[in-house]
Amino acid sequence: MDQNFDGPLLTVRDCRQSYHKDASADLVVLEDVELTLHEGEIVGLLGRSGSGKSTLLRIVSGLLKPTAGEVMWRGKKLTGPAEGVAMVFQSFALFPWLTVQENVEIGLEAQGVKKAEREERTEEAIDLIGLGGYDTAYPKELSGGMRQRVGLARALVVHPDLLLMDEPFSALDVLTAETLRTDLIDLWLDKKLPVKSILLVTHNIEEAVLMCDRVLVFSSNPGRVAHELTVPFPRPRNRYDPAFRQMVDDIYGIMTRRVPKEVQAVPSTAPSGFATPLHPVGTNLMAGLLETLSSAPYDGRADLPALAAALQYEADELLPLGETLSLLGFAVLEEGDLILTDTGRKFAEAETEDRKEIFAEQLRAHVPLITAIRSVIDQRSNHRASAVRFRDELEDHMSPEYAEETLRTVISWGRYAELFEYDEEAQQFGLEEEDEEAG
Amino acid sequence: MTNYTPSVLAGRRIPNRWDGAALLLVMGLLIGLVDVGRGTIAMPIAAIQNTPIHLDPSYLPMYALRSTARMFAALFFSFTFTFTYATLAAKSRRAGMILIPILDILQSVPILGFLTFTVTFFMALFPGQVMGAELAAVFVIFTSQAWNMAFSFYQSLTTLPNDLQEVARSFRLSPWQKFWRLDVPFAMPGLIWNTMLSMSGGWFFVVASEAVTVGNTTFALPGIGSYVATALQHKDLKAIFYAILAMFVVILLYDQLLFRPLVAWSGKFRFETTAAAPVPDPWMLKVLRRTQLFRTIGGAIGEVMRKFFSLRLSHGSRVQVDESRKPSPVIDGIWYTVIAVLAVYAAWQIFGFVSHTLHWRDLGTAVMMGSFTMLRVVILMTIAAAVWVPVGVWIGLRPGATRVVQPIAQFLAAFPANLLFPPFVLAIVYFHVSPDIWLTPLMLIGTQWYVLFNVIAGAAAFPGDMKEAVANFRIRGLLRWRKVMIPGILPYFVTGAITASGGAWNASIVAEVASWGNNNLVAHGLGAYIAQATSHGDTPRVVLGVVVMSGFVIVFNRLLWRPLYAYASRRTTLG
Repeated sequence: MDQNFDGPLLTVRDCRQSYHKDASADLVVLEDVELTLHEGEIVGLLGRSGSGKSTLLRIVSGLLKPTAGEVMWRGKKLTGPAEGVAMVFQSFALFPWLTVQENVEIGLEAQGVKKAEREERTEEAIDLIGLGGYDTAYPKELSGGMRQRVGLARALVVHPDLLLMDEPFSALDVLTAETLRTDLIDLWLDKKLPVKSILLVTHNIEEAVLMCDRVLVFSSNPGRVAHELTVPFPRPRNRYDPAFRQMVDDIYGIMTRRVPKEVQAVPSTAPSGFATPLHPVGTNLMAGLLETLSSAPYDGRADLPALAAALQYEADELLPLGETLSLLGFAVLEEGDLILTDTGRKFAEAETEDRKEIFAEQLRAHVPLITAIRSVIDQRSNHRASAVRFRDELEDHMSPEYAEETLRTVISWGRYAELFEYDEEAQQFGLEEEDEEAG
Repeated sequence: MTNYTPSVLAGRRIPNRWDGAALLLVMGLLIGLVDVGRGTIAMPIAAIQNTPIHLDPSYLPMYALRSTARMFAALFFSFTFTFTYATLAAKSRRAGMILIPILDILQSVPILGFLTFTVTFFMALFPGQVMGAELAAVFVIFTSQAWNMAFSFYQSLTTLPNDLQEVARSFRLSPWQKFWRLDVPFAMPGLIWNTMLSMSGGWFFVVASEAVTVGNTTFALPGIGSYVATALQHKDLKAIFYAILAMFVVILLYDQLLFRPLVAWSGKFRFETTAAAPVPDPWMLKVLRRTQLFRTIGGAIGEVMRKFFSLRLSHGSRVQVDESRKPSPVIDGIWYTVIAVLAVYAAWQIFGFVSHTLHWRDLGTAVMMGSFTMLRVVILMTIAAAVWVPVGVWIGLRPGATRVVQPIAQFLAAFPANLLFPPFVLAIVYFHVSPDIWLTPLMLIGTQWYVLFNVIAGAAAFPGDMKEAVANFRIRGLLRWRKVMIPGILPYFVTGAITASGGAWNASIVAEVASWGNNNLVAHGLGAYIAQATSHGDTPRVVLGVVVMSGFVIVFNRLLWRPLYAYASRRTTLG
């Protein structure tokens, strides 16, 4: 490695990542991604799940080879996990059979560092990150926050130039996450972290604005960098500062503005709308949100950041919910606001049986996949249809995981609306018996 | 108690061409062993220096030690096999395609059926030496241990958590480091559990493999098994009693000093994020953990192991996952061809081997004998289920009773049932009853305990709130059995039942033939067919018998147990 290289730490050019699907078109996860990372900055990759931001992080770390494009690490082409890059995982990814100390040491062991030096550096990292006294504990004895501190110490002990963090705080509760964030930023400001730059993947808008110098906002399907924002606020930042709030609001706006376009395109292109990935949002959750929206203090219109705060949701959780409601015509997403439609209000005020009818109506009108399933069932003399063919068709347009998720969602919605039954053992759609006799 | 899916239940149901190729390769290999053996046999192999077996009980501790040593020698080979074979199958897609079906076939082959092949092979390698007989015996024990251990390790390797693999790669651990830091620890709980099951089952084969007659080769290796065989020849009932006592002590020591401490210790490797409810350490583990001397020794061993595991040996692997790279169809094609050629060659060898001496009629005989044995297995399983399911449920629902009975059932499962045969045989000779009926229970004496302890485990794992719901809605009698208890314990029952029925097939080779002095009792069945062919040195008939029995076991597993288990675990678990 050339220690004196003074260009950017990392550059990613024309990066594209896709998965092959037999015979049919590739599934594109990332497209046209450009990224430059300099020393001394914290950069955030912000986006919804499925926007490919974690995939980009794995490409940057050298774990994954991009389908096309070029990744330069300190002026050299990246061909595998690089020295000087260390990663912190969302799931902590600690070895449960190793003690805290052994977990932290593992990166040094892999480099073949001698025992005495290894122990010294491990002790240093453990103390820096506030884990002193926990050396001989096993991960399962620790709380989530302490576990992630071990994950951090393990990454820092190798003195990486670039620290990669994959949603590091999203598995923690709100208060713990906040403590870890502040501790990390304090260390960064005091120049105590042995790293030159941090790349942080997150779906939490506030977290991105709080921690980063620059934020890249990703859009989904395929993942692209939709916006790049510089966060101008001096540190330490105050999240109740009106300018801070405004920026969070703006980013909500950006993230909701782009998405409805795709959703609204669905009914007009009915045959291909068949293959819209659906979020696995339960009907109880929808009903609950619609009731909340229709009652005070929202009275049919809610500001998303405020709603998220009130319901203790993160943007990543609330956005799919809002999108699903707007897909089904219960609500509209506009510039970071969620607005109830007349149908939505009718649903919120209806009784159980009426709700099911309204829901069935909206499904038939707005979800082509449901209509397709029902019409196949109706055509068959035995009133049964295999789920396999629908799954196959979905897989032509999306990854198997999304296809499965979409199918599950459709099954659960269809059952609620009593449009069809589903036999898990046989993987077949069918009609309820009374319907069958009538039909 | 932990419940791992037994390897026999985990595989595919629908046979494909890989299974066919695997069956041919396994049988071809066995015949190859005999061929090598026959080719090199120049001198009479009967010339083994047999040390006479003394029936004086003062020899027994020594014999017990020898038997135990054989067990551990086999265990060493089993671990070596597990770490290499399973690793290769998991890391190489192409190797895995054929290695896993082979393993699946191997675990269906009756273990004592291997005896003919291994004895011929090893006696040829070490003509006239005790070494050959020792190796043959150790190899038989090895075959009773290795397959499910390798399967368990393979399954762990294929389910390594993705994030830990990424840690290993991104911190650039060398392959050696990754193996000892990630692969082995992750596999540890399943592997230890399977090793202990293997050893428990292995005592049976230790006893069975020590005194062997294959054709005109007879050997008796010093050990408890030979001691019993000699006692049978001399009609010495007292000696048999001593042997049972000695075995009882050995199994008790094994159970207390090894089995329980190891299984409890392996809990440390269990991959879970939350601390489980603490289970008290077995006394032996407490001693090891709390005594200063043992701690010092343990610490020193641990330090050496750590050094050994953290050696780099090679540079860190810089593996970059490339999603767009596809396996080369050309190399795949070559690979398929090689397998196909080998399978055809094996088929030709098998045909050549059996065609001289066997007719289609023999196949008919073997299949008919197999049907007799199958009938026995089915009847025994039905009786065992009818007896042990109610008893097991009763015990499992009472934590106090469970704590007492569960260790006893596990202990009994480890006890080699063949030591208990003589009293039965004596009774049959004395009362002149039909061996066809009365030899039958012997097949299940040892393995019925698997049904019991799995059912207990299932009932004990029954969620407390569900028990309360049953009581609250006053679900009783037949309804309670039909809707609650039987579905609730079904996966556990299947786990126990497949072990028991597999064990019964294995045991039929020693249980359908019995002797007391000069009285030979023979029942009609495939086990007796194989046993007699073995002692006559009639290798083609042994091959035929082994193939037919493997076939029965495979069909049983694929058509009955696997679908039942898949159904049970799908239907009776939430989420």
